[in-house]
Amino acid sequence: MATAVDTLRDTPFTISGRTFHSRLMVGTGKYRDNDTMVRAIEASGAEIVTVAVRRVDLDRTRETGVLYHLDPKRYFLLANTAGCATAEDAVRYARLAREAGFNEFIKLEVIGDQETLLPDVQGLLEAAKILAKDGFRVLAYTNEDLVTALRLEDAGCAAVMPLASPIGSGLGLLNPHSVRTIKRRLHVPVVVDAGVGTASDACLTMEQGVDGILMNTALAAAHDPVAMAHAMRLAVEAGRTAYLAGRMPRREVAVPSSPLEGMLD
Amino acid sequence: MNDTIDITVNGQRRAVSQGVTLLELLAALELDPRAVVVEHNRTIVRRPALGDVRIAPGDAVELVHFVGGG
Repeated sequence: MATAVDTLRDTPFTISGRTFHSRLMVGTGKYRDNDTMVRAIEASGAEIVTVAVRRVDLDRTRETGVLYHLDPKRYFLLANTAGCATAEDAVRYARLAREAGFNEFIKLEVIGDQETLLPDVQGLLEAAKILAKDGFRVLAYTNEDLVTALRLEDAGCAAVMPLASPIGSGLGLLNPHSVRTIKRRLHVPVVVDAGVGTASDACLTMEQGVDGILMNTALAAAHDPVAMAHAMRLAVEAGRTAYLAGRMPRREVAVPSSPLEGMLD
Repeated sequence: MNDTIDITVNGQRRAVSQGVTLLELLAALELDPRAVVVEHNRTIVRRPALGDVRIAPGDAVELVHFVGGG
């Protein structure tokens, strides 16, 4: 894909044979109103937009259907299994999502602990295997553990999504080394999901060389979600470009930038 | 001709007419069949089949759609 720099070309961002124009994916939850959500998503430049599967409100006390506000022709809808605590539930939600008829992609979440929302690795692997066999393109939300990431790849996942920090925490990238290691060892795309709080977090994350980032609360809970979405778009592009550009080596001591010769006596 | 049966829809008990189909249930709830996915006793029922499946007493129906999420 093209970058803003003439001499620099990026590889396409492709998941399971499908190429996307933005490395930033965004969620649709927790916005104060739908108009803000729509404008923030637009400002983010994201193509992949996540949604959750829930019961229809039969009393019509609130209109919660997200498709009234987002054009499925314009955005690639990535359904999630958020809230599921067992492999069985996650498989059930994934099948319901697929039936809605948009695509075979599913963001798989199996939550093992309600306080931290950290994944249940065993349930995650179990669900990933079932869904991959059933034809799903599974994007698995996981912790930043290399061995789990490798197992998820072996299970047939289309992408692996290690967290930067816990969902909705905004703590940023806590373990750059682990995320870098996962990226280095996996063949499928690595998309960091959850924990990004502000633009510098997104930039630092992309500088690790990962293929993309998914975020929701960082935009929805910002004072100005539309402005933050714009900042995130720039940060993802900046981080990716810096990664491709190749950073200078770190040194323990100073090295002058100006010549030592020609100084006055 | 006013016989009703008790079923569960989205976790709530409801009385519906005997012999009603899933498609008729959606119509009674004023839901567009294109906007919801229907699960009948834990089995997904595809849109074209909604008119063929009759609801029996005690059946559990789930009607879901996409909402905002991360």
